[in-house]
Amino acid sequence: MLFDALLGLLLLGLAWLLLSCRDLFKAIVLFVAFGLLMAIVWVRLDAPDVALAEVAIGAGLTGALLMSALAKLPVDNPPGRYSNEKTHWLLPLTLALMLLLVASGLGYALWSLPVIAPGLSGEVAANLEQSGVSNPVTAVLLNFRGYDTLLEIVVLLLALLGVWSLNSLDATPATAEKPANLVLDTLMRLLVPLLILVAAYLLWAGANSPGGAFQAGAVLAAAGVLLLLAGWRLPTALAGLPLRLALVAGPVAFITLAALTLLNARLLELPVEHAGMLILLLETFAMFSIGVTLAALFLGQRPQERGGSA
Amino acid sequence: MNSAILYALVGVGIFSLGLYALILHPHLLRKILAINVMGSGLFLVLIALAKRTGEPLPDLVPQAMVITGIVVAFSATALALALMVRVAKENHRAELSDDESQQP
Amino acid sequence: MNISDYLSALLLIAGGLFFLAGTLGLLRFPDIYTRLHALTKADNVGLGLMVAGLAIQADSWAVVGKLLLIWGLVLLAGASVAYLIANGALKRGIRLWRR
Repeated sequence: MLFDALLGLLLLGLAWLLLSCRDLFKAIVLFVAFGLLMAIVWVRLDAPDVALAEVAIGAGLTGALLMSALAKLPVDNPPGRYSNEKTHWLLPLTLALMLLLVASGLGYALWSLPVIAPGLSGEVAANLEQSGVSNPVTAVLLNFRGYDTLLEIVVLLLALLGVWSLNSLDATPATAEKPANLVLDTLMRLLVPLLILVAAYLLWAGANSPGGAFQAGAVLAAAGVLLLLAGWRLPTALAGLPLRLALVAGPVAFITLAALTLLNARLLELPVEHAGMLILLLETFAMFSIGVTLAALFLGQRPQERGGSA
Repeated sequence: MNSAILYALVGVGIFSLGLYALILHPHLLRKILAINVMGSGLFLVLIALAKRTGEPLPDLVPQAMVITGIVVAFSATALALALMVRVAKENHRAELSDDESQQP
Repeated sequence: MNISDYLSALLLIAGGLFFLAGTLGLLRFPDIYTRLHALTKADNVGLGLMVAGLAIQADSWAVVGKLLLIWGLVLLAGASVAYLIANGALKRGIRLWRR
């Protein structure tokens, strides 16, 4: 309990620091530290699956994305400026008071909630036998509430479409003649195969212990980010149709299965005897697409295609 | 007070801090950071409240929803950052101005 | 508590002390190169001690293998990243600290 209180205070302090610190670079570093601390909190709250997702996506990939976006901002932009005009004291004070009211109201609402609320845990436990996997979080994500996951993968794809249409083509040449840095290059050569192995392990382990398609996809994306940082670019021959096929493999697999299940049951209601196999198949396609999409989001620009106009 | 309620209250605190920074800071990167912090606070409330099952195992449906939420938050952040980079390219600064006449 | 519990407690506390020393160095040392030195040295040994302390408590050899793998990965990443940061700092012309 003391540890929990300390952790909570540390989180609040870190959140305040990262939001008020003048240097944007420092703010991003603090944000990554905040994410790692959140992961410890998830473990304290018996949510190891969430902790894995937070570390890989919330702290790792988001941090890398924020850094690369900061590097793209014009340098003369004065980052030291805390606020737009001469900060009038009235606005922050009023805002702080109003938010204090809102927070106390929310806090009171939380305080007066019943101490024991089983939620849906009973239903999950009762139906776990029929889901085909023994990790209940995977069962919820891929079987009981599969339509949420389907829509989420589509959201990822839509975000990528938005990013692609906002910015110009990636102008970096497809293959650098010389590695950007020998140490980074060696690290990349060692880590990328290992990361792919870890992704496969997480996917396989997700059936009965913490892990699953999202965590595995994030690890795969981390391998992609590492490759991009080391100066590697997708060969132009693969940047057209093959890349797009990789991006839509997950959604297409999901939608196909959804259509097939509509034929003899309800939407995404997996047949009990094949559920385990179907979930693994779905997760494999989803992991692949999630990994490629997240790495493409990190690049932030459409990669150069063969014969494509700039 | 048990640790579930404690963490839920911390989540409310983090959410409010994020909202404060979101409204007050004009720089877009700070606003994006603030939205992410708000999201973390929200996830904390969800997962903390899911622990009140009265059994050793917490309610796992909110956990699955939060994993979905983390991935969606990431894609929203990526889109927001791309928008910010584009705004900075057009305006030469990554801020939104209140005053319409100041725009070039 | 038996003898192995005491041993792993000792190793974990020793590891924690190394992390403390490294963090102190990060906060108090004068320039980026000495800070990196403090951080990487302390973290590599500190994490090694923690892994050793946890490995004593592990149920199976597979868990020990995973713990060792984590240590190896952190060593690899820590060393490479420390080099990359120092290299970048040198290229930007950040001078070495002299008394």
